[in-house]
Amino acid sequence: MHRLAWLRRLWRISTGRFGLIVVAVVLIAAVVSIFWTPFDPRDVDIANRWGYPGWPHLLGTDGNGRDILSLLMAGARTTVYVAVGAGVVATVIGIAFAALGALTARWVRESVAVFIDVLIAFPVLIIAMMISAVWGGSLGVVIWSVGIGFGVNIARVTRPELRRVLHSEFVLAGKASGLSPAQNLWRHLLPNVAPVFIVQLSWSMAVAVLAEAGLSYLGFGAPVTDPSWGLLLADVQRYIGIHPLSVVWPGLTITLTVLGLNLVGDALREATDPTLSRGRDPLAPPRGAIRHVPEVVS
Amino acid sequence: MTRYALTRLALLLVGLLVASLLIFFTLRVLPGDVAQLIAGTQGSPEQVAAIRERLGLDRPLWEQYFEWIGGVLRGDLGTSLVNGRSVGAELVQKAQVTVPLGLMSLLIALVFAVPLGVLSAVRRRRGAGTAMSVGAQTLAAVPVVWAGMMLVIVFAVWLGWLPAQGFPRTGWSTPWLAIRSLLLPAITIGIVEGAMLLRFVRSATMQAIGQDYVRTAAAKGLTKNQALLRHGLPNVGLSIITVLGLQVAGIIVGAVVIEQLFTLPGIGRMLVADVGGRDLVKVQGELLVLTGFVLIIGFLVDLVHRVLDPRQREAA
Repeated sequence: MHRLAWLRRLWRISTGRFGLIVVAVVLIAAVVSIFWTPFDPRDVDIANRWGYPGWPHLLGTDGNGRDILSLLMAGARTTVYVAVGAGVVATVIGIAFAALGALTARWVRESVAVFIDVLIAFPVLIIAMMISAVWGGSLGVVIWSVGIGFGVNIARVTRPELRRVLHSEFVLAGKASGLSPAQNLWRHLLPNVAPVFIVQLSWSMAVAVLAEAGLSYLGFGAPVTDPSWGLLLADVQRYIGIHPLSVVWPGLTITLTVLGLNLVGDALREATDPTLSRGRDPLAPPRGAIRHVPEVVS
Repeated sequence: MTRYALTRLALLLVGLLVASLLIFFTLRVLPGDVAQLIAGTQGSPEQVAAIRERLGLDRPLWEQYFEWIGGVLRGDLGTSLVNGRSVGAELVQKAQVTVPLGLMSLLIALVFAVPLGVLSAVRRRRGAGTAMSVGAQTLAAVPVVWAGMMLVIVFAVWLGWLPAQGFPRTGWSTPWLAIRSLLLPAITIGIVEGAMLLRFVRSATMQAIGQDYVRTAAAKGLTKNQALLRHGLPNVGLSIITVLGLQVAGIIVGAVVIEQLFTLPGIGRMLVADVGGRDLVKVQGELLVLTGFVLIIGFLVDLVHRVLDPRQREAA
């Protein structure tokens, strides 16, 4: 019961509620699109090119007569895939680096901290370029570059948290009662750093959605045969002078999704962090949001 | 202070070293591919082997790394595998577009975000302040490509004020044309980056408003706004400096995408083309310069922050 209390608190924050609804809609669209879309998103219908929004094409059609709503629904699948994939990679890398940087011998710990500080200077797009130069573009590139980029961020925020919790009494008690370090990590350390961690995760998913769009646009993301919001933007780019409306939909969809994930992240912070006062300005950027400012190891 | 500067300098050097190692060895995961690529599909195995030897790809990786890094330290970034031109010279040439674009973007971000951020904090209890904050939150979620496209639709297609793409062949010898063609790209990056900056300025200002010394100053006879202006804003300025490093990284990333959209012949567009063409020598040079730049800016920002903030100076 009390394990889900944070969800209820999240729902009570209006921006969090809005974010949750947006994320849920995208998820549902992605799942539904596996079985059903209003039209086949690959169906080319030259007679109906550049159709205006109306019936039966609710958002109109693109330059090949494809139904835009169906394309966006199918594209949601790619977005969810990339966001979840990047989230998983970021989690694994983040926990691994944070644990290495907090729980090991002093010299390992401090080298890891320096390494984290260096990696932070690599923008996600630069990592993506590096990976694409070797293996060529793919959705994997997006997942790995955002995963690495944000994994490092998560490690950086989680590491000091982990060190703080490490010296707390319940961890000591765990040690005294015979838990192995791994058991202690799983039962006492990770649950206690989870809030910091989950917040970063939802931001990293927002970045993943933006990165998918940007990299697919540059030609290093989704293969051209895949439905993707970024590719749709690249597709309609040449016609923005003639058919401006077709550019609006994919961009609006991406913006809403990213906004939703960001708001969920911000609200999660507020809902899980007992040290934040309730009267906090709901629209202020979260403290952890200063993400790339290098930390000097003393 | 000296001790801090030296520690920070050491960290910068370690950072540059690690960055160069990461870039070099990641790009060499697939050795030999480059020679095959230059020889083309028609190339015989002998030709491929000859190219490999000429480029030194047959030697141990460590040797290649030291040769590369030795060159970099002497200011030689190597020559392109595809067109044989000097990587350094091409970077300098392309920087004539990217550096002004970056500076203009930064300027626009500052001009747009700082006053609005302060204003939205001062007016936080009124509709305007909240509206500005919601606007910034939304703008920060906009993909930079899309922002560019929307601006093109409005200012290039509908109003016809600014060119939709391209950079004048005459370059900076026709400064007005050059600036005109960079204006829309710079506004795009400036707004998207500025949205994030605005949120920081707003939150820093709100913190400043709540500080004791601002309240004291107000109690001693200044109006609330005067107190904030004289005693609060210097602190806001400091926190802006700390996020500048982040902003520079964001602008570089924005430039890569935006130069593509506006077909500007800058470093970002060159990088995209070279990654697509697998010109590994050029890509490693470009990546090293870009990450090195971000690391150095981070270093300078930390030093400046230390010098300007008396509290940190005393703590050192």
